[in-house]
Amino acid sequence: MNWGQWLLISILLSSFIPGIIIFGLPEKKHRLRTVLNLLGSTIKIVLILVMDIGIYFGHSFEIRIPIIPGVELLLNGDPLSALFATLSSVLWLLTTVYAVGYLEGSPNRSHFFGYFSLCVTVTIGIALAGNLVTFLLFYEMLTLTTYPLVIHRGTKKSLRAGRNYLIYALSGGAVFLVAVISLQAVVGPADFMAAGFSSSFIDTHGTVLVLIFILLIIGVGVKAALVPLHGWLPQAMVAPAPVSALLHAVAVVKAGAFGIIRIVLDVYGAHNLLLLGVLPLLGGIASITILYGSVRALQQDDLKRRLAFSTISQVSYIALGMSLVDQPLAVVGGLVHLVHQGLMKITLFFCAGNLAETLGIHRISEMSGVARRMPLTMTAFSIGAFGMIGIPPTVGFVSKWYLGLGGLAAGTWWVMVVLAVSSLLNGCYFLPILTKAWFGKQQGPWPEEQYISRFETRLMLLVPPLVTAFIVMVAGLVANAQISPLAWVRFIVREYGL
Amino acid sequence: MTVFQFGAPSWMISPIVLPLTAGLLCFLFSHKTFTIALAAALANLLAVCFLTCQLLIFGPMRCHMGGWQPPLGITLRTDGPALLMLLMTAVTGLAITLYARGYFTYRIADPRQPVRHQRQQRYFWPLWMLLLAGLNGLFLSNDIFNLYITLELIGISAASLAALSGKPASQLASFRYLMVSLLGSLTYLLGIVFLYRSCGVLDLDVLRNFTAGGPGMRAALALMSVGLLLKTALFPLHFWLPPAHANALAPVSAILSALVVKGSFYLLFRFWFEVFASIITIPALNFMGVLGAVAILWGAVQAMRQQRLKLMVAYSTVSQLGYLFIAFPLARVDGGAQVWSIVIFMALAHACAKSAMFMAAGTVFLHLGHDRIKDLSGVRSSLPITVFAYGIAGVSLMGLPPSGGFIAKWLMLTSSLASSQWWWALVIMVGSLLASIYVFRVMSRFFVIPEGFAFKKPEPLSPLLEWPALALALISLFLGLAASWPLYILATGSTSLAQIFPGGLP
Repeated sequence: MNWGQWLLISILLSSFIPGIIIFGLPEKKHRLRTVLNLLGSTIKIVLILVMDIGIYFGHSFEIRIPIIPGVELLLNGDPLSALFATLSSVLWLLTTVYAVGYLEGSPNRSHFFGYFSLCVTVTIGIALAGNLVTFLLFYEMLTLTTYPLVIHRGTKKSLRAGRNYLIYALSGGAVFLVAVISLQAVVGPADFMAAGFSSSFIDTHGTVLVLIFILLIIGVGVKAALVPLHGWLPQAMVAPAPVSALLHAVAVVKAGAFGIIRIVLDVYGAHNLLLLGVLPLLGGIASITILYGSVRALQQDDLKRRLAFSTISQVSYIALGMSLVDQPLAVVGGLVHLVHQGLMKITLFFCAGNLAETLGIHRISEMSGVARRMPLTMTAFSIGAFGMIGIPPTVGFVSKWYLGLGGLAAGTWWVMVVLAVSSLLNGCYFLPILTKAWFGKQQGPWPEEQYISRFETRLMLLVPPLVTAFIVMVAGLVANAQISPLAWVRFIVREYGL
Repeated sequence: MTVFQFGAPSWMISPIVLPLTAGLLCFLFSHKTFTIALAAALANLLAVCFLTCQLLIFGPMRCHMGGWQPPLGITLRTDGPALLMLLMTAVTGLAITLYARGYFTYRIADPRQPVRHQRQQRYFWPLWMLLLAGLNGLFLSNDIFNLYITLELIGISAASLAALSGKPASQLASFRYLMVSLLGSLTYLLGIVFLYRSCGVLDLDVLRNFTAGGPGMRAALALMSVGLLLKTALFPLHFWLPPAHANALAPVSAILSALVVKGSFYLLFRFWFEVFASIITIPALNFMGVLGAVAILWGAVQAMRQQRLKLMVAYSTVSQLGYLFIAFPLARVDGGAQVWSIVIFMALAHACAKSAMFMAAGTVFLHLGHDRIKDLSGVRSSLPITVFAYGIAGVSLMGLPPSGGFIAKWLMLTSSLASSQWWWALVIMVGSLLASIYVFRVMSRFFVIPEGFAFKKPEPLSPLLEWPALALALISLFLGLAASWPLYILATGSTSLAQIFPGGLP
C-alpha cells in the first residue's frame, strides 16, 4: 500500500468511522456527536484537497481488490471524481452544520447523523468508483443509506414517500445491474477510461450496445430524475430540510447525473456514442425534462415542491451538456453545472428550511413581506434564485453561457431554444417569489413563529446559506481564475482530450 | 501413531464425534447443558478450520473407517464444497448456540411459565447437538446408505426441535414436518434399494463409474430426488415449511431455515452433478429450474402477504431456496465451472442472512410479545441493533452489493446471459425486487414512530440476544467482499465438472 492508497481509504473512513461511532452514541451526547461530525467532515475536505492537488500534478490514485473473476473493486482518483468528491465534501460540511441547528431537540438524532455520515461515505465512493461494478455497489448502497433519512420523520406521508423512493431506486438499480452484466458480456470487464471500449465492438454488436446504453441511462436516470422517472423526487420533499438539501445537491440526484457523465465519457466514450447515434435521444430526454420540470414548478404553491421540480429541470442541464459530447464547450457547461447547480440548490433549500423552521412558512402564498423579517435568509435565497435564472455574475450564468456556446458550435438550434425557454420559465417561477418576499406586505402573523434570537434565526441555520450564496456569487465572478470550478472542469476536458 | 499426524484423514471424524458426544453429555448433565454445547460448538468450529487447513495443504481426502476399503467399508471424505458447508454450519451453529442461551435465559426469567421454559431448554441442547452431528455427518459422508442415516438423524431431531414450543399450532406443524421428513427418507431409502439392486455398491466414488445408467438407476435417482426435494421444500413440496419454521422457537427456526434445508439440498446437488451426472438430461435440469423459478415468485408473493413477521421470514426461505434450483439449468454454461460457486454462495449467504433474520424476529417477538407486522412500530428506537441486523440480512436476501447474495446473483445473471437463457435472469431480477418489497414492508414499520411514543431508554436486553444476529448479518454482507476466499477453497478441493463430463456437458 502506498500513500495514495492510504489516502483513498482514509477519505472513505473519515466519514464512515464517525458514522459508526455516532450510531453507538446515546441520544443525549449531542456535543460529542457534533464534534465528531465536524471533525470527520473537516478531515475529509482536507484529505480530498490533498488528493485534488495530487491529481492536478499527475499523481494517480488507485486501489484494486479482485472479488471474483470479472468483478473487481476499483477505487480511482481521476479529475472527474475529484470534482464530485470535492463538491460533496464541502457541501456535506455545510449541511452538517445546518442539520445540527435544524434538528436541535428533535428525537432520534443518533440515527439521523449516523445515516447521514454513511450516506456521504457512499457518495464519495460513487465519486471514486473506477469501474461500473464499483459504481453499482455504491449506487445501491446510496439507496439504502438515504432511505432511513427520507422516512426520518416516521409519519404516514414520509413512509409513503420512502416506499415510492425505494420502488423507483431499487428498480433502477436492477435495470442498471442487468445492463452492467450485459455490457460486460459484450465488451468484457473494463475500467472507466477516456475513450470507452474499443469501437470495433460497434460493428459486431451495434444494436445490443444501443440497448445497453438505454438501460444504463434508465438505471442512473431514476436517481437523476429524468422524466418520466422523476416521480419519487417531489414526494421525497417530506423529509427534513437538510435531507432535501442532501438529496438534491450533494448525493442522490447528483449521483445519477454523475452516472450519466461517467457512462457517456468513460464507459462508451464520445467517439462510440457518435457512431451509435444515440446522443440525440439523450439530448431529447434532457430537453423534455428541462422544460417539463420548469412548467410543473410554475404550478406549485408549496415552496419545497417548487424547488424539487426546479431540481428536476436543472439537473438535466448536465445531461444536455453530455448529449453534445463532441462539443468541448458544451461538455464544460454540463460538467461545471454539476457543481454550480449543487451550490445554488443547496442555498435555496437551506433558505426554505429556515423559513419553515423559524416562521412555519411552507407555501409561497404565505411569503409576503418575509424579507423584512428575515433579510439575510432572503438575500441568500435571491442570489440562489438569480443563479437558477442565469443572471450574471452568478454561477448559473456561467453554466448556461457554456452550454449555449456549445449548442451554437454544434449548430443545434434547439439547444438554444431550450435554454432560452427554460431561463424564461425559471424567471417566471422564481421572480414572483422574490417580489412577494421583498416588496409584499406581511399579511397577518406568521404561521408558527418559533424562535427569536439576536439574529433572524439560529446562527447555525443562518451561516450555511450565507456561505453557499457567497460562493455562488464569487465562483461566478472569478470563474476565469486559476482556482474555480470552471478552471477544474477545463482541466478535466483537457485530460479527456476533447 | 500415524493416526494423529497433521495430515491424517482420521481427523475427519471429529466434527461428527464432538457434537454427538456433547449431545450425550447434555442428557447426562442437565444443569451444565449450555457449557457443554458451547464447548462443542467452539471445538467443532476449530475442528472444521483444522480440516480446512488440511484440505488447502493436502487436497481432498478420503477416510476409510476402520481401514476397510469400499465397497465393504464406510468412507468419509473432505473436499471444497463439503468444507464450505461445514464452515457454514459451524459458524452459524456457534452464533445460534449463543443466541439460544440468551433466548432461554430471557424466557426463564419471565415469571409466567419458568418451568415450561426450563424444560424446553433441557430438551433443546441435546437435540441441537444431535442435529449438528447429523449435519456434519451428511456433509462428510461418501456412502449413500450412511447418508440415509444422517438424514434420519437430522429429520427426527429437527422435528422434535420444532415441536419444543409446545403450542398447538407448532405441534401440528411439527407433526406434519415429521411425517413429511419420514416420507422423504423412505422414498430416499427406496431409491437406495433400486440402486443397490442395479449396481451393488453404495460408495459414491464407485457409483460414479456406473455411467451406463439403466432404468434401475434412473428410477433410483428419481426416487431419491423426490425424497430430497420433499425435505428441501422446493415448490410445490414446500407446504410444510412455513408453519413448521414460523411456529418453532426462534433459535430453532434459525436452525431449520438456515441449516437443515441446506443439508438435503446439498445432497441432491451432489447426486445430480457428481454421482449421476451422466444420466441427467437437459429437460430434467430445465424442469428443476422451472420449479425453482415458481418457488422464487410464489414464495416472495406469499411473504409479501403475510401478517406475521416469522411467517414472512419463513416464506422468504421458500423463495430463496428457489434460487438454488435456478442454478441447475445454468450448469450448461462454460463447463459448469460456475454452478458450484453459485450454489455455494447462495447457500452460505442465505444461511447467515436467514438465521440472522430469524434471530432478529425472535428478539422482536420477545420484546413486544407478538410479531404482527402492522404493530411493529417504534421497535427501531428500543432495539436498534436488532433492527440493524434485520436490515443488513435483508440486504443480502435482496441480493444487493456487497453481500454474498449479490455475488451469487451476479454469477447467475452472468451465466444466464452467457448461455442466452435470459428468462432466468428475468426471474432472478423480479424475485429480488419482490424480496425488497417484503423486507422493506417490515423495515418501514420498524421506523414508524407511533403517536405519543416516549423516547425512553430501553431496558437493556442481554447482548446474547442481539449481537449474534448482527454478527451473522455482517458476515453475510461482507461475504461478497471476501468472495475470493470461499472460491479458493472451492477450487482447491472440488472434483471439476470437466472431469465428470469428459466430452463436455450434456
